[in-house]
Amino acid sequence: MKATYFPGCTLRTKAKDLDVWARKCAEVLGITLEEPADWQCCGGVFSTASDEIASKLAAVRALKAARDASQPLVTVCSACHNVLKQTNHAMQTDAVFASRVNNYMADEAPYAGETQVLHYLELLRDTVGFDELAKKVVKPLTGKKIAPYYGCLLLRPSKVMQMDDPENPQIMEDFLRAIGAEPVFFGRRNECCGGYLSLEDATAAKKNSTLVMDSAAGNGAELMVTACPLCRYNLIKNGSGAMPVVYFTELLAEALGVKEDIAND
Amino acid sequence: MTEKERLQEQILRTSGVNPRKCMKCGKCSGTCPSYDEMEYHPHQFVSMVESGNIAPLMESESLYRCLSCFACIDRCPRNVQPAKLVEAVRLMVIRQKGKNHLKPDQIPALLDDEMPQQLLMSVLRKHSK
Repeated sequence: MKATYFPGCTLRTKAKDLDVWARKCAEVLGITLEEPADWQCCGGVFSTASDEIASKLAAVRALKAARDASQPLVTVCSACHNVLKQTNHAMQTDAVFASRVNNYMADEAPYAGETQVLHYLELLRDTVGFDELAKKVVKPLTGKKIAPYYGCLLLRPSKVMQMDDPENPQIMEDFLRAIGAEPVFFGRRNECCGGYLSLEDATAAKKNSTLVMDSAAGNGAELMVTACPLCRYNLIKNGSGAMPVVYFTELLAEALGVKEDIAND
Repeated sequence: MTEKERLQEQILRTSGVNPRKCMKCGKCSGTCPSYDEMEYHPHQFVSMVESGNIAPLMESESLYRCLSCFACIDRCPRNVQPAKLVEAVRLMVIRQKGKNHLKPDQIPALLDDEMPQQLLMSVLRKHSK
């Protein structure tokens, strides 16, 4: 299977471990990820304002690149995925918004939300299948108690994201079981880490991240996984320090036996 | 149309929210991760926009406490979506000349070596035009 792959700004710099392992593992799983030549930053956060047009054009162009290649658009960063899926939904359902977007790009073929947007976890669940993934595991993470942290952006708004039950998600738990680990349930798994507020008020972010990490620690987790660079930053920088936090792709690479050391910058 | 009505209409149009659907259960504020740091809470945004009392919201730091976590949007039993009102009022402020909340020259002092680009991008998109 071939898919258009949108890495996003942070996966090229501070979150290389999210990107590199996603690509390596896709190769192992028989999925070809093709990166568009000229993608731009998705914008980081989706504006819910329907009259906010220009700041969404980069996301629309990424969606169009996938449409023109007749491929689904795969992302691994929670934030990029959220922005691309919400933008796509707005292009499908808000005719006024869509016409204003297409007016901005009058020299290009119009876009109407034709692309299927998939998170890498959805690719594992729906295209590869967790049962098939389990068969490819060579180094299972047996006995590891791991807390799957969803945060906000993977699940919400649930009517648009359509990824899992927003209050009782299972996709990361099922992923952890497929690679041989033991998922740990904790109450704060879908509550905010403090997000981008950590730039201007680290104290407030500390409150949220500490609650999340202590909730996982209190339920016996030894490690936390996330798909979001900002969650990981907050949990490490502003959390209680109770456990390490890694990207789910790193564990996947470990389980599939393709992990080696890389450097971020 | 008075200035007050003009502001209210602009907020309703930008947000697409109908605040009259609110049944005042308070779930939006109860689930808000920034509740403690807010002067006006999500349920107050709904009631104040409904009554046209928008000027105090435009002056409030609460506009810059919303985390865009979509919790109030997803958990509202009446689908009012309070965060869309916070977004619309914030945009009404920062779209004015000279009203950016975060200015690029403030940023270098706030950086650290681990900070992801995603954080800077998000906060600039939310707090500046």
